[in-house]
Amino acid sequence: MSTRIARSTPGARAAMVIAALGLIVLAAAPWWAGRADMRLLGEIYLYLSLAVLWNLMAGYAGLVSVGQQAYVGFGGYMLFALTMFAGLHPILAILLGGVLAAAISVPIAALIFRLKGAYFAIGTWVMAEVFRLSFAQASSLGGGSGSSLPVDVVRSLADSRSGREALSYWLALGAAVTVMACVYLFLRSRRGLALTAIRDSEVAAAGLGINIWRTKLEVYVVTSAFTAIIGGLIFLQKLRISPDAAFSVNDWTAFVIFIVVIGGIGTLEGPIIGTILFFLLRETLADLGTIYLIVLGLVAIVIMLKAPKGVWGLIRSRFDLELFPLSYRVRTDAPDKGA
Amino acid sequence: MSALLSVSELQKSFGAVVVADASSFDVAQGEAVGILGPNGAGKTSLFNLITGSLRPDGGAIRFEGRDITSASAAARCKMGVARSFQIPQPFVGMTVFENALVGATQGAGLPAAEAEAHALDVLHETGLFAKANMRAGSLSLLERKRLELARALAAKPKLLLLDEIAGGLTDAECGALIDTIKRIHAKGTTIIWIEHVVHALMAVVERLIVIDFGRKIAEGEPKAIMESAEVKEIYLGIAADG
Repeated sequence: MSTRIARSTPGARAAMVIAALGLIVLAAAPWWAGRADMRLLGEIYLYLSLAVLWNLMAGYAGLVSVGQQAYVGFGGYMLFALTMFAGLHPILAILLGGVLAAAISVPIAALIFRLKGAYFAIGTWVMAEVFRLSFAQASSLGGGSGSSLPVDVVRSLADSRSGREALSYWLALGAAVTVMACVYLFLRSRRGLALTAIRDSEVAAAGLGINIWRTKLEVYVVTSAFTAIIGGLIFLQKLRISPDAAFSVNDWTAFVIFIVVIGGIGTLEGPIIGTILFFLLRETLADLGTIYLIVLGLVAIVIMLKAPKGVWGLIRSRFDLELFPLSYRVRTDAPDKGA
Repeated sequence: MSALLSVSELQKSFGAVVVADASSFDVAQGEAVGILGPNGAGKTSLFNLITGSLRPDGGAIRFEGRDITSASAAARCKMGVARSFQIPQPFVGMTVFENALVGATQGAGLPAAEAEAHALDVLHETGLFAKANMRAGSLSLLERKRLELARALAAKPKLLLLDEIAGGLTDAECGALIDTIKRIHAKGTTIIWIEHVVHALMAVVERLIVIDFGRKIAEGEPKAIMESAEVKEIYLGIAADG
């Protein structure tokens, strides 16, 4: 009888093939989709990225932040500032915005990591408000009323409007794929195993040799950097920025939390399902105005009461399913043993 | 024999509740020590102080001659101190195998292939192999207690702290557990075991320490300690002159 450790399952392999085919179809969208559809898809990719990142931070590392709009807005403003004043190419500006966000997130973490639980959440929100008020003071970036991306900066992306739209679409798709791939590979690594242990019990994880504080700091810094890059891409699509839009707690945190919670917090599959559900609801109910938000709230309450682990948690409790092969499975190959 | 663990003048209180009151004792390399005491005597708190999940108000803890009083819980595990929790703390969303793998990769710091082999060995040793692919959240209480033992062993400890892992077992299960712990001890692991199931404790340990109100009230050869009047009075509630 021999024992071996397998990490992939037939279900996961099938999911990977379907995902790869789906990705090819989506990458070709500029040739088959209309302008409005591409814009919607781009928005979906960016929300998916934000949800995957927030889930890594809150669902795994236990850092329930309601202030990630700080980094979305920061990334957006860095795109405008670095292209307008430093003359950088927009894509370079967005990437540099991510690096700067990582740098700024370290002292912020040193400050807010002293707070626990609900106090941490409030601390992150206060920090995001500090960001909003600070950027509203920057008169060169339009102060409280904001500014538009100059025409020559927009032109530097591509000459034609359709070319720009295709590029911006591919950037959003590429960002989502990169974020998913990075989070997946991280969770699959031995440090990902440590982070998953922290998700389930911090006291036991510490007792087994895991440095909780350092792991959380790493997750916070990396998440913040990626969130700023996504923020840059969001405002590259919008071409206009203002403090209220850039640091909106509703748009960049409340909706993201909704997505993660209904999809299934603390799982890699949850944010994907949550994003699909969120956009289905939004596209079918958006015309109803305020009622749309009331329905969103009701859906969130019902799911939290009936399926606290989200839609994916519900599916996983019924079937032992895994789209991303993160688990280790022990297989014993018993040599021909009579029944 | 040199002292592997040396606890001196340990002091800890939560407001008016004293959980460690100038406790001092040594545990030698390769020894198996039992800790007895009534509920609330400060037994688990003593483990929390030794493993670093609690910080003492005073006193010192030395491990292999090094002062670890201010070392983090994670650092102490890497040095070779691992424990089981009285109230099991499984990683509920992970499989039984992955729970053990956390100890092997993080605590013991083994490279991937060795860690996997070691985690499997530990599951065989603790009788959890058949449940390797089950999520820890779906285990029964007894299985969770065994998982506590498995995970601590996976970290390859020099000093293993066991916190009431025999409670609620049937005689047969308890006998199997005693055998397992004897095997672990025979391989050279130093053990400190808190247990209310006295016969299990007596079968394994070479020395008993009795604590009450955070104070060490007796220490010595297990049989002699169990027969001493002081222990009978404080631990078993029998009047010394009765």
